Amino acid sequence: MSGATIRRRGGARRTWWGSWAWFSALGLAVLLPWIIFDWRHGRHDGFAVALLTQTAIMSVFALSYNMLSGQSGLLSFGHAVFLGLPAYVTIHVMNAIAAGHLWIPEELLPLVGGISGLLFAALFGYPTTRQRATAFAMITFGIGELVTAAATMFQGFFGGEGGVTADRALNTSLLGLSYEPAIEVYYLALAWTVIAVVLMRLLARTPLGRMAEACRDNHERVRFLGYDPHGIRFCQFALSGFFAGIAGALYAMTYEIVTYDAVGATLSGNALFMTFIGGVGVFWGPIVGAVLVVIMQSWVGLVSNAWQIYVGVLFIAMVMYAPGGLAGLIVLHGPVWQEGRIQALLLSYARVALPGLLAVLGFVALVELGSSVMLGEHEKGAVRLFGGALDPASPWLWGGGAALLLIGGSIARRQGRALAARWALIAEGTSAG
Amino acid sequence: MTPALALRDVHKSFGATRIIQGVSLEIRRGERHAIIGPNGAGKTTLFNLISGRLPVSSGVIALNGRPIQNRSPQKIRRLGLTRSFQIISFFHRLSVLDNLRCALLWPLGYRVAFWRLLDRERRLNQAAEEWLERLALTARRDVQAGALSYAEQRALEIGLTVAGGAEVVLLDEPTAGMDRGEADRTTALIREITQGKTLVMVEHDMNVVFGLADRISVLVYGHLIASGAPGDVRGDPAVQEAYLGAEAA
Repeated sequence: MSGATIRRRGGARRTWWGSWAWFSALGLAVLLPWIIFDWRHGRHDGFAVALLTQTAIMSVFALSYNMLSGQSGLLSFGHAVFLGLPAYVTIHVMNAIAAGHLWIPEELLPLVGGISGLLFAALFGYPTTRQRATAFAMITFGIGELVTAAATMFQGFFGGEGGVTADRALNTSLLGLSYEPAIEVYYLALAWTVIAVVLMRLLARTPLGRMAEACRDNHERVRFLGYDPHGIRFCQFALSGFFAGIAGALYAMTYEIVTYDAVGATLSGNALFMTFIGGVGVFWGPIVGAVLVVIMQSWVGLVSNAWQIYVGVLFIAMVMYAPGGLAGLIVLHGPVWQEGRIQALLLSYARVALPGLLAVLGFVALVELGSSVMLGEHEKGAVRLFGGALDPASPWLWGGGAALLLIGGSIARRQGRALAARWALIAEGTSAG
Repeated sequence: MTPALALRDVHKSFGATRIIQGVSLEIRRGERHAIIGPNGAGKTTLFNLISGRLPVSSGVIALNGRPIQNRSPQKIRRLGLTRSFQIISFFHRLSVLDNLRCALLWPLGYRVAFWRLLDRERRLNQAAEEWLERLALTARRDVQAGALSYAEQRALEIGLTVAGGAEVVLLDEPTAGMDRGEADRTTALIREITQGKTLVMVEHDMNVVFGLADRISVLVYGHLIASGAPGDVRGDPAVQEAYLGAEAA
């Protein structure tokens, strides 16, 4: 009896907390274009709106990837296929609408992407999901390569190297919008992101979603409960393709061009990075990962040529030290936070963070120096770093960077062990109390 | 009356190694049947053949008169035969409740329904809660299955097997690794939840075997050397020599 009461109370608190977080995230997404506003010219900041739109698209894409990796335990190396092919379909449909062959409301184009994603995923997924584990991963990689190769060979559908372009101002809006301004596309993308997120969240709570998790944990036992694991993996794969397809349609509408990049290994890799950096074990983890990777890609990409190195190192660091991803770390702190014991950890965190920050600075310095040498920019004389012009030939800079990295890194490592010990102590107290 | 489960001259070889060598056995409807035998006798292999985990080399296995040998585990399960595993085998990252719901989904006809919410399905949840109670796991409802104690895990393993309502139940060493008290509680649980079902179990614990079984079969190196009521089997000289005698010595 008392167990039930505690459970219901805990459940209610979790729901309240959960919806609060979701609504503030949504509020932020709605308001951000107005917070980052270009007041000097009285218009939206183009870069910020582009970044936000990309984040929305990539969130849907990463969540659809996590329907495979996190929920079903299937590691795909070709998920971009189910964003890219629907993006091609959508851009052809846009052109058909513009030419007057078709009439589809612009707001419903993501559904076109979704349905084509579902069909492509069902087609490729049927043989693929006969396998699991390594064989599954290899086949998805093969499909990714196959479709990329096809994209450069079959000019009619894929448009060759140049890709296929379209104009998103179609005049078929149900809301009377032109979709010429990027901000209108952003809000459309956001609306569809909300729809997709809600649907994926609900899907995880259905018999299919739960059986997919059961297959992940123990695919053999599932059979002795009457289920065919192939059928479960297939349904999950096809539905994952539906949501990736929604992302694909939004991609086509946002960029008005689709090239073979949209089906390629880099984008497939990004799905994997976003999902694992954000966290596979928590539903909203991939959204966190998408935000972070898009920021690194675009923002860091503006100031550094080496953003991919940072994403890669972050990915490796997460897999090694926090396999639950960022969301996993946050969730881990939930009980400690509720018990009000988080203060006891702050000092330990600071002890790790300060030397850690120095190590990161040293690492960034080395990477930037290295990348400028590689790219030959040193011939121009200087690297811009931390607000100043630096000479990449100077041994002091290299030595200083290496020293920061090594000394900061080793101190952070030692303090990290102390933190882990302290954490274990506090976590034990939490579970006991 | 057709036996619930019938094996006719079942053979199984792995390469040149013959594990099951011509086993014929009839399990009557509603009986509790124990299969005993020394380690390596092929008891678990026999379960794997019956439940479709392994294909037979030759022979017929019939469930309610219907041949099921070499069919997939899920087909056999849908025809009404379920099994548990000697090495605990459930969904360790799902909650106890969700484990039981997974066992109930197919029998209740949900299949891959992706348009229904688990928490809204009253029939499903009522059945799952009832099972939690019967297994004495209600207090552990929302705990990840992997975090249960050993005895609780064994109880969940049995529950996962029986919850779906299959009429023929195979239990593979349900009390393995338990102390006397735990084994007694598990025996009582098995007796209760297999009421009206046909039970076949592999068991090493003779207290459990003689306390629970209506009939006993003895398997030694792939051969069935005896089959009958507990008293008859206990008195069978071949059994005493091959199995009970070896244990006494």
